[in-house]
Amino acid sequence: MSDSTVISEGALAEGHHEHPPYQRHHFESVAQQFDATNFAMWLFLLTEIMFFGGLFMAYLLMRNWYYQAFVEGSHHLSIFWGTSNTAVLITSSFTMAMGVWCAQTRRKAGLVLCLVLTFILGIMFLCIKGIEWHGEWVDHHVPGLRFTDADFINPALDADVYHEYHDRAMAPDTANKTEMYFFLYFAMTGMHALHMVIGISILVFMIFQATRGAYTEGHFTFVENFGLYWHFVDIIWIFLFPLLYLVSRHA
Amino acid sequence: MSEPDAYEYEHHIVSPKIYVAIFVSLLCLTALTTAASYVEMYVFNVVVALAIAVIKASLVVLFFMHVKYSPKLTKLTILSGLFIFMGLISMTLSDYVSRAWGRW
Repeated sequence: MSDSTVISEGALAEGHHEHPPYQRHHFESVAQQFDATNFAMWLFLLTEIMFFGGLFMAYLLMRNWYYQAFVEGSHHLSIFWGTSNTAVLITSSFTMAMGVWCAQTRRKAGLVLCLVLTFILGIMFLCIKGIEWHGEWVDHHVPGLRFTDADFINPALDADVYHEYHDRAMAPDTANKTEMYFFLYFAMTGMHALHMVIGISILVFMIFQATRGAYTEGHFTFVENFGLYWHFVDIIWIFLFPLLYLVSRHA
Repeated sequence: MSEPDAYEYEHHIVSPKIYVAIFVSLLCLTALTTAASYVEMYVFNVVVALAIAVIKASLVVLFFMHVKYSPKLTKLTILSGLFIFMGLISMTLSDYVSRAWGRW
């Protein structure tokens, strides 16, 4: 037992080499550590694709099954708010990317500014989403809690939407499938918003850390990998926006 | 890696110029996809909207997420992940379209 201790201590002493304090001992170099961490982050994001993929799959199938209900349900969303929110989220992705650059080039003030801007834009996105959800609550389009298909059986009830789209009246057994559209709408935008809330919480932590000088002394892996998460959430929205808001406009 | 020297490279830093260019392109594509939805194109409304979304997502992945400058292992892993995702979608769809009780 004592022999083996001596051998392992010897091996340790021989194998030890100079490296920055943030390099974990089992990595050959900082670059190797970065690649491994980055790879792990991508594996996590791939599981997230599969997770959201189930919702996209359900949307694809249901939109084909209950085509008219999905089309007319979509007509009740606001393309203006949807487009604005897309712009807000893309801008937040840009400020996040600039934050990664600031961390890489050791600009503390710039990093804090970028993270704060990303935080504000993230909050803005959720506020706009909140305005839209409130509208659906007012219109009785929240499945399970406050839902009626009256304005699909008789489209003239909602004068604004009727004026814009002149939707045909649906029979009750078709009109009630709009509840499925709004169910998927809330599931997808809600799950996306949950990811935003998690991201915003991590941003608060990062802003706090960055003001104390973290990430700008060579070790920016956390910022870079959080950036990957934030951009991924952006990509989910890039697909949700046309599918939920746009593709049914002329259908 | 048996060769530690293989990792002795500078970490690639994407320049802010590229970020600005991608940001502007993404905003233009957003305006384009919204404008396109106001044009009557029948089945092509969906095709155009999804094509623009794929272009936007690719720009984000390649430049904001640095995949263009990533190791081959990362690129291969992402592509295989997307391949499996497409496989799962097509297998699920093939199941639904071939069912006697389906609504197709």
